[in-house]
Formats: sequence, C-alpha cells, structure tokens
Amino acid sequence: MSNAPSHLKYAKSHEWVELVSDDTYRVGISDHAQDLLGDMVFIELPEVGQALSAQDECAVVESVKAASDVYSPLSGEVVEVNEELVENPDLVNRDAYGDGWLFTVKASDPGELAVLMSADEYIKLSRDDDH
Amino acid sequence: MSNEMNSNLTSHQDGVIFEKSHRGRTNDCQSPRESSTSSVIPISLLRESPPMLPEVSEMQAVRHFTRLSQKNFSIDTHFYPLGSCTMKYNPRACNTLAMLPGFLNYHPLAPVETGQGFMSCMYELQEILKEVTGMKEVSLTPMAGAQGEFAGMAMIRAYHDARGDTARCEVICPDAAHGTNPATAVMCGYKVKEIPTKADGDIDIEALKEVVGPQTAGIMLTNPSTVGVFERRITEIAKIVHDAGGLLYYDGANLNAILGKVRPGDMGFDVIHMNLHKTFSTPHGGGGPGAGPVGVSERLIPFLPVPMVGYDGEQYRWLTKKDCPQSIGQLSAFAGNGGVLMRAYIYARLLGSEGMPRIAEYSVLNANYMMAELQKKGFDLAFPSRRATHEFIVTLKRQAKTLDVSAMDFAKRLLDYGYHAPTTYFPLLVPECFLIEPTETEDKDTLDGFIDAMAKIQAEAETQADMVKAAPYTLPSRRLDDVRAARELDIVWKSSEQAS
Repeated sequence: MSNAPSHLKYAKSHEWVELVSDDTYRVGISDHAQDLLGDMVFIELPEVGQALSAQDECAVVESVKAASDVYSPLSGEVVEVNEELVENPDLVNRDAYGDGWLFTVKASDPGELAVLMSADEYIKLSRDDDH
Repeated sequence: MSNEMNSNLTSHQDGVIFEKSHRGRTNDCQSPRESSTSSVIPISLLRESPPMLPEVSEMQAVRHFTRLSQKNFSIDTHFYPLGSCTMKYNPRACNTLAMLPGFLNYHPLAPVETGQGFMSCMYELQEILKEVTGMKEVSLTPMAGAQGEFAGMAMIRAYHDARGDTARCEVICPDAAHGTNPATAVMCGYKVKEIPTKADGDIDIEALKEVVGPQTAGIMLTNPSTVGVFERRITEIAKIVHDAGGLLYYDGANLNAILGKVRPGDMGFDVIHMNLHKTFSTPHGGGGPGAGPVGVSERLIPFLPVPMVGYDGEQYRWLTKKDCPQSIGQLSAFAGNGGVLMRAYIYARLLGSEGMPRIAEYSVLNANYMMAELQKKGFDLAFPSRRATHEFIVTLKRQAKTLDVSAMDFAKRLLDYGYHAPTTYFPLLVPECFLIEPTETEDKDTLDGFIDAMAKIQAEAETQADMVKAAPYTLPSRRLDDVRAARELDIVWKSSEQAS
C-alpha cells in the first residue's frame, strides 16, 4: 500500500529527506506515516530561519486520529516551509513525497545523512511495524 | 438490531432552539407583567436592541432540552467501556450525602470553627488517599486532573530548584503515555524525551537507560500502563531514575485497577495525581467541576500546593503559605472543589478498606473475562501474552486490512447495538485499536451483550462490509464527516437571514 522512493533517505521516526541542492534538503513524512495517521486536519510548520538540531521536534502533523510530532532528521537552519499546507493539509495525504513536503533545511552537518536509512531499509522497518 | 434500545435517541431530529423562536413569545405569556425599565442603570449602558436569544415558551424550552438530554449516551443509559477513563457508575448515595445542607451551604471563607465537620471530612480524605496510594502527604487543592498534573510537575521543578540542581531540563515519557503527560512537562518548561514500549507491553528499559542522565528531571508513568498491563519492572525503573537524580511521577489515571492491592508510594513514586472522577466516584466528563489531588513522597512534602487541611488534635484548620513557605502556592482563588471532594470522601467511606480491593479485583476480573471471550470470538489482542489489568486492547488491524472495515467502523456500528464505543485509536502505538475498560460496576449480562454485539459486527463485516462502514443507522445523525468538521470548524448557528 505505502511506497518509499529509492532516491530519498528515511528516518526511523518516518520522515524522508531529499537533496535539493548543495547542502539544502527537503523534509516530509513518509507515505507509510500519513497512511497510519489518516486524514490530516492541521499542520504546524517550523519558522523560516529557525535553527534545528537533529531529532528536534520541529513540526506537528495532526489528523483526525492523532497529533504527532515531526522530528528534524538533520541539524541546520530552516530555509523554506510549505505554506500550502496551512490551507491544504491533505496534500500530505495525497502526495507525501511531492506537494506534501514540510520544510527545507540548510544542513550544517551533512554527515548526519549517514545514520538515515535507504528506501529498502525503511520499507523493511515499516513492514516490521505492521507485525 | 436493537432499535428499541435506542428509541429515545431516534425519536426526533430536533433543530436548534433558535429555529423555534417567534418574536415576542416568552415563558410568561399567561401571566403578563408590566415591563419596567430599571432606572438604576444609566441609559448609556442599556442595550438599544434586545439580545439575539431564542424567544420560546416555557414548555418549548423544557421539551427541547429534555429531548436533547435523552439523546445522551451516558453511563446511566448505556454501557460505556471507555478505556483509560474508568467510566464507572457513581453511586447515587454519594451525591445525596454530599448534598446535605451542612456540606452544601458551607462557605469556603466561613470561620473554621463553624466548618469543623466539613474540614474533618477533608482531613480524613487526605488521610485515606495517603493510605491508598502509599504517599506521605496529600493536598486536595488541584481543581482537576490536569491541574493536579501541573502541580505535580511544578513540585518536581521546585524540588530540583531548591537544591540548586537547575541543569535538569528533560522529562521522560513512554510513547504510550496520556497526551497530557508530555503536555504537562512542556508547560513546566521541560523538554520531553520519549521512550518506546516493547512488544510485551513493558517499557523498554534499555532505551530508558540510554536517555536517563544528569539532565533528567523525572519520568512520568502510569501503572498499570496505558496499554492495560502492569509494568513488571517498576522497581528497577524507579532505581534507574532515582540513581540519576530524577524523580518519578505517577499519573493516577489507572488507579482503579490497583486499589487496595499495590501502592504507587511502595513502587517508588515521588508524586502522584489522582483523577477522583475516574476512581472515586465524582462526576466525569463535561469539563468539571473536577478534583485532582496530589500525593508526594517525603522529599516533596514542603512543596505541596496550599491550602491543605491541618489538624492539631483539637481543631481542623487551613494550612496556607504561612505554614508551608516552600509550597508551590495556590492553584485557584481558594481550595479545590469541595462538593466534588466530598463525593469522593463519601465513596471511600462507603467502600472502606474491605471494599477497595474488591474494586480492583472486579474491575480486573471483568476486563480479563471480556478479553478472553473476545479472543474466543476471533478478535486479536494487542498483548496476547499478558494478563489484562482493568482494561485491555483489541486490535482490528486484520479486519481493516482484509475486510476494509476499520476500528472506527466497528465503533460506529456498536452505537446501533446500544453500546458506547470503547476508546478508539489510543494508545497510538497500537494500530486500529479498541481500548476496552468495563469497570467493576458492570454485570456479566452486560459484558456478554457487548461481546455478542462485537461478534455480530464481525459477521456483518465479513458479509456486508459496506453496511458496517455506513453505520450508525439508529441515531439522530448518521456518520459525521469528522475530517471536514476538523478542517472547517463551524459551530456558530446563524439564521437564514444572517447566513445569506
């Protein structure tokens, strides 16, 4: 049911990371995560310019079932947030890896990417999750 | 299908009372009085047009609100197995006795000499709660569970601060915790560290060891935990946190399961808040009035919120900040909700020390009976290897996957059978879950009725999935669009003129 594109990296806590340019990365939540959470009703985004440390809570995705924290997979500074989500939180449901992205971060320590998972590893993890 | 059971719910699709309004219609049509304009209020402060209130007859108002009240799913009318909430029956006697004029009319600021009876009850309630929880001192003053939690965490903060131990900035919460726990920690200025729950329902101690340290202010736990099992390694957890200099916070949400059996104080907890509405028979739901007393271990006694009731062997009196200079202070204009505390006191006295363990025994027995019977009917348990405490979790993940019938669909269909749904989709870590808590106040027939309804819905899901997915059918409203309701919140009624 849920998919995980192979060009992305994934965190255990279900965020994905995509290289945009140089040291800038786009972050969102996985299709598996949006599927578990259900219909989104509210997304709280970080602020542009906000400094993040890896594993910091930096956003909240709220569905009819639950409000869930989003953790930054990387340390750095928020350079852009997806304002579209304020009016249309369901973009996360419809297109988790595309229009449903949450924010982009200018990474201060790209070495942190190494601890993230490949798509295959992530799919395996989300399957175990389904036990 | 039990249309009969819900007949009072289906009788009318009533509109809002504004729709019944006719200009000039009042409740005193038959006893007209001359209208008088008060001369006391200056003209400049008087309204120029009447307020937008519905104008109806007395009979219309009475019938409207009586009908509305009959639409309630409540513990007085329906089985209400809402897990993590202990929706048990509150004996009428507690209400009746708490309404005795001596209690009811006692003013909180009346001289204590005139309220020794009331004060003695409050003092005894403090003593009873100390005994039940194994804590060293209790303050009744928090006005509700959430305020009790806040008071508890504020005391932990005050304790560390008083010792100059100010680098402690983190509070640990398991992933199954009540949402209020991390919220409370954040309200008190702490950062929350989440630790996972293992497949057997216990906390992952290795993960705890990894996050605990000199930055740890404390850990917030419920035991039995939110997944409905008893945390078996609680003393080990207490030692790990205490050794790191942190304190243990006990969320009293699940106290019903252990009354008179084990005590949080003996498990090593330093502070506890007690949701009296869950365990001690005070009004539940509707936003209060509530009561959330806090109990503490020896080292937190100086920080308890005031006022408390003191007794010098002759007279009961209020202990204030003068008596307790290190107290975190008052939490409201005066003390807690006296009438609510009185109900808890009466309930505790009705039970006595013999009744309390029976509460624990029967609430646990009822939950385990239901769990075993539902398993026999083919339902999957979230923690099949564990004995349930007062509540247990069924996961409907298989049904959602194979039949496309979700926990929410089961929940809605249960309404048609005359049962309030259990807690759904909580705790979050179990997919498609029902958290079911029958409580000790239900008889076996009721439990069997619910189990049968679940089996029937399972059969319906297998053959008529679409029918189940469109439930409920017997209530004033059919399936509500909860997504749209959340996204486009609209709760203000407007007349057709206003709307256009």
